[in-house]
Amino acid sequence: MRAFTYERASTVEAAATAAAQNPDAKFIAGGTNLLDLMKLEIEKPSHLIDVNGISLGSIEKTQDGGLRIGALVRNTDLAADETVRRDYALLSRALVAGASGQLRNKATTAGNLLQRTRCPYFYDPNQPCNKRQPGSGCSAIGGVTRQLGVVGVSDACIATHPSDMAVAMRALDAMVETVKPDGAKRAIPIADFHRLPGDTPHIETALERGEFITGVTLPAPVGGKQIYRKVRDRASYAFALVSVAAVIQPDGSGNVAVGGVAHKPWRVEAAETELPKGARAMASALLADARPTEQNKFKIRLTERTIGAVLSEARG
Amino acid sequence: MQFDKPATTNPIDQLKVVGKPIHRIDGELKTTGRAMYAYEWHDPKLRYAYGYPVGSAIAKGQVTSIESAAAKKAPGVLGVVTALDVGDLQKGKLNTAKLFGGSEIQHYHQAIAVVVAETFEQARSAAALIRVDYAPEKGAFDLKAEMANAETPDPSTEPDSSAGNFQAAFAAAPVTLEAEYATPDQSHAMMEPHASIAAWDGDEVTVWTSSQMIDWWRSDFAITLGMDKEKVHLMSPFIGGGFGGKLFLRVDAVLAAFAAKAVGRPVKVTLPRPLIPNNTTHRPATIQRIRIGAERDGKITAIAHESWSGDLPGGGPETAVMQTRLLYAGENRMTAMKLATLDLPEGNAMRAPGEAPGLMALEIAVDEMAEKLGMDPIEFRIKNDTQVDPENPERPFSHRDLIGCLKLGAAKFGWDKRTRPATRREGNWMIGVGVAAAFRNNLVMPSGARVRLDQEGIVTVETDMTDIGTGSYTIIAQTAAEMMGVGVDKVAVQLGDSRFPVSAGSGGQFGANSATSGVYAACVKLRDAVASKLGFNSADVVFENGEVRSGNRAVALAEAAGHEGLVGEDMIEWGDLTKTHQQSTFGGHFVEVGVDIATGETRIRRMLAVCAAGRILNPITARSQVIGAMTMGAGGALLEELAVDTRRGFFVNHDLAGYEVPVHADIPHQEVVFMDETDPYSSPMKAKGVGELGLCGVSAAIANAIYNATGVRVRHYPITLDKLIGDLPDVA
Repeated sequence: MRAFTYERASTVEAAATAAAQNPDAKFIAGGTNLLDLMKLEIEKPSHLIDVNGISLGSIEKTQDGGLRIGALVRNTDLAADETVRRDYALLSRALVAGASGQLRNKATTAGNLLQRTRCPYFYDPNQPCNKRQPGSGCSAIGGVTRQLGVVGVSDACIATHPSDMAVAMRALDAMVETVKPDGAKRAIPIADFHRLPGDTPHIETALERGEFITGVTLPAPVGGKQIYRKVRDRASYAFALVSVAAVIQPDGSGNVAVGGVAHKPWRVEAAETELPKGARAMASALLADARPTEQNKFKIRLTERTIGAVLSEARG
Repeated sequence: MQFDKPATTNPIDQLKVVGKPIHRIDGELKTTGRAMYAYEWHDPKLRYAYGYPVGSAIAKGQVTSIESAAAKKAPGVLGVVTALDVGDLQKGKLNTAKLFGGSEIQHYHQAIAVVVAETFEQARSAAALIRVDYAPEKGAFDLKAEMANAETPDPSTEPDSSAGNFQAAFAAAPVTLEAEYATPDQSHAMMEPHASIAAWDGDEVTVWTSSQMIDWWRSDFAITLGMDKEKVHLMSPFIGGGFGGKLFLRVDAVLAAFAAKAVGRPVKVTLPRPLIPNNTTHRPATIQRIRIGAERDGKITAIAHESWSGDLPGGGPETAVMQTRLLYAGENRMTAMKLATLDLPEGNAMRAPGEAPGLMALEIAVDEMAEKLGMDPIEFRIKNDTQVDPENPERPFSHRDLIGCLKLGAAKFGWDKRTRPATRREGNWMIGVGVAAAFRNNLVMPSGARVRLDQEGIVTVETDMTDIGTGSYTIIAQTAAEMMGVGVDKVAVQLGDSRFPVSAGSGGQFGANSATSGVYAACVKLRDAVASKLGFNSADVVFENGEVRSGNRAVALAEAAGHEGLVGEDMIEWGDLTKTHQQSTFGGHFVEVGVDIATGETRIRRMLAVCAAGRILNPITARSQVIGAMTMGAGGALLEELAVDTRRGFFVNHDLAGYEVPVHADIPHQEVVFMDETDPYSSPMKAKGVGELGLCGVSAAIANAIYNATGVRVRHYPITLDKLIGDLPDVA
């Protein structure tokens, strides 16, 4: 870990200003991912802006009947929130499927969105990684790839996004609200928030330098059966091999996003029109452009079968 | 004391203390954080510095230069010691890979430098500034690819065995099985990382470390540092798990010693978790081929087990065929091991080396064979039980109750409710049960102890024995208490100090039986000393209730000790009973699993182990050993694999996020039953080891349960869902 300077920001404006003044700064909230990465010198901020003191810890109804989740709402609190559990059960279920109780107590809504990949080659500073060191090459391709991406991958990177929460938010059509250092506010659809790796896998989100996430909004509740199915080798405390976040309506239509397969929560709205035909048709459209490796091609079949199990549960 | 005749009645047989379910006497220290582990030693008079290791970024080749100027200038840095600075060092006798020194890189993350600073954080930060140039060389990293180049290893490993004519009998057998199995590289993944503190006083050094084997470490430390063994003082009173990963000297102790010498201060070094899987040893992967031929009535007529594994030059094979020489009858048999040269990190002992991966294969094969024969797998095992060494029928087992374990287990588990494969469903779960035999040899090692009696009547045991979480403190206290006629509250146990008599140490499940036998021997000496001082005839002396009695004379132990106290010291040594009699431990593992019909996820629903391991010295600590081992077996069956990058030559998932071991949610109800037995051939304690037995066969029982649940036979561990999902029924 490199030595760094540290300050506490108590308002959004102060945080954004501090970030504008120091392009090498990072915001820190729960720190559950950032600190690990700093210890390995994968992240090397020279300055940390602690945003825990900003009042962004509340969950409120929006004017259009939706929900605004403050950036600093802890994963545990969000999962346990009564409105979330009643109207956005998918989100609550995804959250409790992630990490451990201790980590969820610290981890925040914005931080969860900004988690970095768990690709083992990204985590080993001796190995080339385009995400860690742009232009150095991808050592995962041709190596141990069982956990890695099958769709939306590039020749530069086959990493996956590790979040469960973000997969649920993708199925729920969330918007990410931000403030830029110049004070400009914007709302980014979650579909556009995470990027595919392309030639620039080190650029993972639509955030601009110093741009600060203030919260996430969800549209008015859509009802339906809300199911989060996380498939993993061990029963708890493991990243998804595949996860399926689904909101299935009584008429068989619905929203389905998949985790563990791509550089971002994977959802193809057009594929959802296939839902009435069943899991095979839906998965086949969803993963039409998949480029799996020999070690992770099982994820194709696993995705299809997991969607099948989810649809069957929804019908049940 | 020479143990060369079967034990007769002795004071241990009173079982007033030994065999009782006594909670571990060091438990309070551990639960209150007062048990000092290696890295935690703290003498307020000393100013500790912190060393951070640097590991090689390549798997094989040469270090051509190490640039440490920037690190030396970093804040708080006191010094940097590199492998090139110290030059080639003599390797410890028990190390295959060199730990440190010189330019040659034998494996990934081999230690090449240590950076020493005032704080841990400064040392870690400066370590990242070290720049290394390498001349990489091509290496061999893929066991499957190297099988053809594998050779018969050193004769001392007994690579080949045979009896009768396997080829002819197998060709003639009406029912045969031939199959290939694979077990992956596994990491010990103990909770406490390797850690050491070294403090020099002139030319003498004290090392607080985390070692299973004090004397082995002390010898190899002295060799590596090129110093007199007598000038090395090693301390390892508490160890947070080892599983074989701390049997042999590790580099944290070596780096701490060089660093402490370089900066003139005591230095603490721990291996960061991501360095451990590639820097230290691991259980090597195996590829195994098993052939069994039987008559239609289930009698095995031919059995062959071959195993391929790899290691660095100078290393040995994973002895995965050994149990097959002893577990089942059969007149015609052969085993063979082949060793490939691999440039992966050093392969070496991990809990139940040989038997653990060997039974992972053999006990699936036995399940497959039973099915081919149309027999119940328990019935098939019972049919082929043997009470003698099958290769050498004049040599009996000292005591063998595999049949008793299987029958009792079957009754307790409800084995009779087993259904045909892929026929039992509960919702989305396909349910199945599996069984496997457990088998692990009972090794014995010389073990010394010193026992003191003081004027307060306190009995103090001193031995360099270690407690790696196994309960050594407690069973040693129980042994001394039984022998001296006091309660465990009157016994103090001091372990893990090289100034104490050399013991068996902890490994090979030999620790409990051997070390308590050493304490037994020392207590016999102390009893003689007490009797002699009091002028009692030692033959009819009774030690009971804190008193020593002879006829109608009774003297309190405290009084007998007097203010100068009394001491007994001895070492248990072993005659040829292990040669004349095969000494082994036995068990039956029973497992029920559910396999998700859509995803192929396997979740264990219940586990039962029935163990026959001689006298159980303490049913609480023994049970803890067995349930821990069953948990490790669950990991081995379902999760654990060091994934090899065969291009770059290293274990990729080298931290505990990537190398998954079971979590609480993976482990269901576990039940352990010990057979009520003793083995007088084993030791004066009539006990045998149990800590490794609990692991042997568990993974195969899980594999067999998965087969019973799904009808899909997987022969390559770990049995992850990707190996099942292609064969599961359509559910869409």
